[in-house]
Amino acid sequence: MSAIWLTIALVAVASAVLKAAGPLLLGDHQLGPRATRVITLLAPALLTALVVVGAVTTGQQLVLDARLAGVAAAGIALLLRAPMLVVLAAAILTTAVLRQLAS
Amino acid sequence: MHGDAHAERAGGWYGPCAGAGAVEATWRCAVSAPTSEEGRPADRGYAAGARAGLPFAVATVVLGVSFGVLARQLGWGVVAPIVCSTVVFSGSAQFAAASILGAGGGVGTATLAAVFVNARFLPMGLALAPSLAGGRLRRALEAQGMVDASWALANRGDGSFERTFLIGATVPQLVAWIGGTAVGAVAGGRLGDPEALGLDVVFPTFFLILLAEEFRDRRSIAVAVIGGLIALSLVPLTPPGIPVVAACLAALLGLWGRE
Repeated sequence: MSAIWLTIALVAVASAVLKAAGPLLLGDHQLGPRATRVITLLAPALLTALVVVGAVTTGQQLVLDARLAGVAAAGIALLLRAPMLVVLAAAILTTAVLRQLAS
Repeated sequence: MHGDAHAERAGGWYGPCAGAGAVEATWRCAVSAPTSEEGRPADRGYAAGARAGLPFAVATVVLGVSFGVLARQLGWGVVAPIVCSTVVFSGSAQFAAASILGAGGGVGTATLAAVFVNARFLPMGLALAPSLAGGRLRRALEAQGMVDASWALANRGDGSFERTFLIGATVPQLVAWIGGTAVGAVAGGRLGDPEALGLDVVFPTFFLILLAEEFRDRRSIAVAVIGGLIALSLVPLTPPGIPVVAACLAALLGLWGRE
């Protein structure tokens, strides 16, 4: 079995276990109001982290490049209530054009 | 299409708010929404979930193509990337593992990186668990249908989730992810360099679109800012993936005060 196939198998199992862990631990146990408030706030914390990490980092380095401008363009499009696909196109076009100009 | 998703969220079962695109308005409407017998807003079901997931599936196709091209360039051939997307079905983990293998890293390092990157599913699964159905095993199986976008879309904002809506929202993304990977793996470098085409911006944009729905009040905005700062400050210090998990600590702000 090559390294690629072994990695695929291990990552598949690990991902499934990570997704299953919460329900396996909690079962049908309902959480109290304080835990519920924390859970309500997980989404903004997680999603912001994913945006920031995706926009300005490469590996373990902070990298400011055309991606940040692309994400900013998407942010403006969202504020203007553009449809999702327009938001996506604004981000891709801004990033691609800036990279063309830079190269 | 994004507008439709908003209307779906805001309108759907509470007509007067249909078209009230503003996040603030969505939140206010959600408070006065009709409730099921459990005292919660109703679950809009598989079909509504699939419709809400559709625009995210378009973004997922782009990400899938990028992954297919990357994996092909790293010598994975055509079949392995498609199998990988089918059995792993997690973009961030797959990109992390493939990049590390491509940079000469070993199987252990690549797997560990993917585990770190996907460790966010641990708190996400804990949050989702009480909203699932059946015993532990059935809930663990249902949780396999959880991906970032469907988790966020099905999040009612009161700590509970719409179970069937979540699973429905995942289906178009699964199809898009595998299909996109296949296209990218078959076409390979002929499509051009994904980075030059600006496709690496799709990943953060995807999450920004989901995030825009989460600014419900001052506290959620504060948590978002703190979470972002935690992640940013940890990036140079920890392996990739850990900063995102650590950002969850910002949600502990919910322990204080009352709603």
